[in-house]
Amino acid sequence: MSNSRRLEIAVGIFVAVGIAALLVLAVNVSNVGGLNSGNQYTVRANFDNISGLKTRSAVAIAGVTVGRVVSITVDPVTFEAVVEMTINSNFSEVPVDSSAGIYTAGLLGEKYIGIEPGGAPDFLEEGGVIRLTQSSIVLEKLISQFLFSQSNDDK
Amino acid sequence: MFDWFAQLGKNTIEFYARLGKEVLLFIQTILSFWAVILRPGLIIQQLYSIGVRSMLIIIVSGFFVGMVLGLQGYNTLVDFGAEESLGVIVALSLVRELGPVVTALLYAGRAGSALTAEIGLMKATEQLSGLEMMAVNPVERILAPRLLAGIISMPLLAAMFSAVGIFGGYLVGVDLLGVDEGSYWSQMQAKVDFDKDIVNGVIKSFVFGIVTTWIAVYEGYNCVPTSEGVSRATTRTVVYSALVVLGLDFLLTALML
Repeated sequence: MSNSRRLEIAVGIFVAVGIAALLVLAVNVSNVGGLNSGNQYTVRANFDNISGLKTRSAVAIAGVTVGRVVSITVDPVTFEAVVEMTINSNFSEVPVDSSAGIYTAGLLGEKYIGIEPGGAPDFLEEGGVIRLTQSSIVLEKLISQFLFSQSNDDK
Repeated sequence: MFDWFAQLGKNTIEFYARLGKEVLLFIQTILSFWAVILRPGLIIQQLYSIGVRSMLIIIVSGFFVGMVLGLQGYNTLVDFGAEESLGVIVALSLVRELGPVVTALLYAGRAGSALTAEIGLMKATEQLSGLEMMAVNPVERILAPRLLAGIISMPLLAAMFSAVGIFGGYLVGVDLLGVDEGSYWSQMQAKVDFDKDIVNGVIKSFVFGIVTTWIAVYEGYNCVPTSEGVSRATTRTVVYSALVVLGLDFLLTALML
């Protein structure tokens, strides 16, 4: 009897430690329960160029992550990139005339969408569209423009 | 000329016959899970010998693998001034790859070989036939509880491996090499995704649990009932498990990435 009881206790500890390890991985290591939980709403924005932005990239207001990019598609008519993003409902009072830009965290860091709040009295809602957008800066283009302007100056 | 074809045909038929027998036995074992669930004592016993007794080797190896990852990752990252990303490297490589794979390899060596030897010896000493004589189905009594215990144990062991490894990487990175503690954890939390990375690793370890335990149990059940046969079956268990785990790991990664 005591033998089988000891067996059960050992197995109980094993299962508990295993589940605890899974919980540690879920809560402490990954970002579950942070932004993914709770209500959120979806807005769209069209960009000329999104190079480097990926689904699950961050959406930030004043540098604070408030949402994630959900999908990136190309508009078949205008050939603009259509970016869909979810924003946490805690930040539901984003004015409709806010502008969205694609920025880089640090020189080599990841691309994210930064939202600059506007001043309109109406707020973005589910399915809303951010009209004012600023495309991602393509470093190669900048460098080539710089080089061309340099060589023109030389003449 | 015809001999060659005959040999080829014979080998093919034998291969498929073996495969069919194995699949049938697998289905039979899965179907007898319900009978095992009614007798949890059997599972607890197997969980003890498969899971609990593998804990020590898994935790110690996880700790050292994490510490090595911390050292190696730091030495590479410091060249780019990106040693704050150490947590991401350690956590992602453990959760996605090393946790499930190394755990499965260690598990095959520690528990799989023991399972094969145990069942093989039962067969060699005719205990399996004895069970059948007493109208006890050896698939229900011997195979099913072991397979179920293995399937339960493997994800738990892999989770322990990863968690302890991340802690080992933390010890080396933060306490020994001076990576900032806050960025170790916060970068890790920012980059490791629950749905994509952790669930991915759990699915992997679950599949590895089924495969390695099944190979061990099947090799034992199907071995030549002599001492040499048992020793060969044990070797085959470890070799096959290692090969299948590494092959499946590539497939699963390609599918889920």
